[in-house]
Amino acid sequence: MEYKIIVLAKQVPDTRNVGKDAMTEAGTVNRAALPAIFNPDDLLALEQALQIKEQNPGTKVGVLTMGPPRAGEIIRQGLYRGADTGWLLTDRLFAGADTLATSYALATAIKKIGGADIIIGGRQAIDGDTAQVGPQVAQKLGLNQVTYAEEILKIEDGKATIRRHIDGGVETVVAPLPLVITVNGSATPCRPCNAKLVMKYKRATCPSERPAEGTPYDYLYEQKPYLNLTQWSVADVDGDPGQCGNAGSPTKVKAVQNIVFQAKESKTLSGSDADVEGLIQELLNEKIIG
Amino acid sequence: MANYYTDHPELAFYLDHPLMRRVVDLREHFYEDKDKFDDAPVDYEDTIENYKRVLEIMGDLAANVIAPNSEDVDLEGPHLENGRMIYASKTFENLDAIRKAGLSGVAQARRYGGLNFPNVTFSMLSEIVSAADSSFQNIWSLQSCADTLYEFGSEEQRQRYIPRVCAGETMSMDLTEPDAGSDLQRVMLKASYDEAEGCWRLNGVKRFITNGDSDVHLVLARSEEGTTDGRGLSMFIYDKRNGGVDVRHIEHKLGIHGSPTCELVFKNAKAELVGSTRLGLIKYVMALMNGARLGIAAQSVGLSQEAYNEALAYARERAQFGKKIIDFPAVYDILATMKAKLDAGRSLLYQTARYVDIYKGLEDLQRCGHELSAEEKQEMKKYSRLADAFTPLCKGMNSEYCNQNAYDAISVHGGSGFIMEYKCQRLYRDARIFSIYEGTTQLQVVAAIRYITNGTYLNIMKEMLSDEVAAELQPLKERAAALVSKYETVLAGIAGESQEKQDFIARHLYEMTGDIMMSLLILADATVKPEFFAKSAHVYVRLAEADFARHEAFIATVQESDLENYRAE
Repeated sequence: MEYKIIVLAKQVPDTRNVGKDAMTEAGTVNRAALPAIFNPDDLLALEQALQIKEQNPGTKVGVLTMGPPRAGEIIRQGLYRGADTGWLLTDRLFAGADTLATSYALATAIKKIGGADIIIGGRQAIDGDTAQVGPQVAQKLGLNQVTYAEEILKIEDGKATIRRHIDGGVETVVAPLPLVITVNGSATPCRPCNAKLVMKYKRATCPSERPAEGTPYDYLYEQKPYLNLTQWSVADVDGDPGQCGNAGSPTKVKAVQNIVFQAKESKTLSGSDADVEGLIQELLNEKIIG
Repeated sequence: MANYYTDHPELAFYLDHPLMRRVVDLREHFYEDKDKFDDAPVDYEDTIENYKRVLEIMGDLAANVIAPNSEDVDLEGPHLENGRMIYASKTFENLDAIRKAGLSGVAQARRYGGLNFPNVTFSMLSEIVSAADSSFQNIWSLQSCADTLYEFGSEEQRQRYIPRVCAGETMSMDLTEPDAGSDLQRVMLKASYDEAEGCWRLNGVKRFITNGDSDVHLVLARSEEGTTDGRGLSMFIYDKRNGGVDVRHIEHKLGIHGSPTCELVFKNAKAELVGSTRLGLIKYVMALMNGARLGIAAQSVGLSQEAYNEALAYARERAQFGKKIIDFPAVYDILATMKAKLDAGRSLLYQTARYVDIYKGLEDLQRCGHELSAEEKQEMKKYSRLADAFTPLCKGMNSEYCNQNAYDAISVHGGSGFIMEYKCQRLYRDARIFSIYEGTTQLQVVAAIRYITNGTYLNIMKEMLSDEVAAELQPLKERAAALVSKYETVLAGIAGESQEKQDFIARHLYEMTGDIMMSLLILADATVKPEFFAKSAHVYVRLAEADFARHEAFIATVQESDLENYRAE
């Protein structure tokens, strides 16, 4: 079977190598001081997608990312490892998005792409650590979701068998396609960049990254269509500007505090209304949401 | 994140050498692949960018996969199971990463699935792998056996085997036998033609075969019954898929534990002839060996770099008598000497690789049907001779320097260096074989001596002396020039001496040649990039002078009658 897979990937500051100038005076991330990298969990998601592609010839993997023009690098990093295509959502109107506006933008783009059999991303990004975007995309698209995935064991008869990492062990679940999957940090590391693919795609750019006409190799973009990466604005994906970026983000940063997580254990809740209600109440009380 | 390529900008420096344009133009057949393959470069600058990109991938794998695995690989080593060699578990991880990164068959033509890189770039990749784990470099770099298959095999053989190597299958060259080590003319493995099946069959034993259970073997065997010398030997391909060769034993070695050294038993193994019969040793193995020698030189430089890095890091950290040991003259002298040998040796490596690339590039153009002009034929001849002259100098000097640096890395570590927890002990053990396999240093001297006595090296030295150096390096250049004229005097003095005496002092002449050649090379490099090489130029020239004087003094007093005192019996 051939599948259509969209990998959700984010360019993030490399918070694993934080220096003392990592934060600005205002308490926001000083992006200039940190190298921009492919979000580690998203790389694991890409690896899962590429493995499905290997097992199912004809499968196409595309990388969808939102960010400034330089986030085109994320698409190239995907192509270097075996992805077939990519889309960059870049527009001032997308800027300043919280998880709600981000998932709106991604879901809108996925509709524009025409949907997919599998939409897969990392569990969370190392800059925000919310783990909300994947589930919210599923919600907005009305799709099933499997979180904390460690390995996609097989895809057969329109269903994916997935091993999930859960507290104290693993569980294997079966879910029907189309499906949103978020991948846990314990999944197989992503493969390295491939030499031939790097040489092939090294000049692949989105329109806003493209070198000016008259610069060396500008003629290649016409000769080699695969060097032209897709870049979309809010209008290109028929998005509602009010739901995008800062305008669409109800999250407001009130203060930034250093906290130390105390609790290590997890709670298992059922899907009952009482449990859901209880969780919402608890999160409100703890001022985690609200 | 650590990267063995970007952390050592000296490597990229050699990609900017003026001869590289010729190397690349030839290797790319003037960019004839540009519209045929998506990964093919369109011009010189584009090619160099490709090299840098791919070196960066290897640098990443070396630092983040191969090096972290190296200790486990060294401790576990390969093992034997039912006649098959099984690599150390982490070696499989390394091979998998290499395969996924598409870093096999890097020097093969694109039409067979390769990356079409020249020897310069291949040597850089080799160096990087070796710095991370020199035992893995053996397994990886044996892919260059495909060069020989390409040069001497039929088109049909190329199409059948080279794509497999590019896809990650491994190779070996099965030459040595219990009674045929340095003297390969004694090879006895029997090749006989099976009329019924229309194929060759191999029977006998090979010993000390690196990566001996590989997928595709090149085998030296005696096809001419009744012969006893090199002219009865031919080269064969043995494909593991056909079966017929078992591993009888895996050697327990002092170093390079991850590299399996196998004893092989050929039992009626089906094989196919490469090229013509009788040319196996005298033509094909000679070509194979020259490539392999360059590979060992690169392996040596890589390990030298790692030894230096380990020593430097330790000396910066370790404090005694109230200060870091790097601040003691006795220690910084060792470190500077290590760095000078490393830089000078690396310069010799890439000089040699460029020579090889230019002549092989021209040769390949010709092979692919391009008519060479008279000047190009002349150029090919010149560089072929230079490559032949420089390869033994490069292999011998670098493998010896590497051993010296591995020794010195332990010296800097003091007692800790003798403890198995430190990496420098593995480097010391691994390096020891470099000056032995692919021809001992003594045999490199034998290969080089004729270029010493016929003036090939001397002419190059004089040519290099006519190049300008930076004003501040002028005094060093004059000192190097003084060595050249002394060298000329020494050479004039030995003309007419007996063969035995010439052989006896050959090692000294060889090292004097190395001293001068590398002095001139490092001066040239320091002129272009003083921030990288000026210190090493100063250190190396002094080292060369002292070493030269030692050899000069030795030679000066040797009389024919002295040789008797050296004979053990």
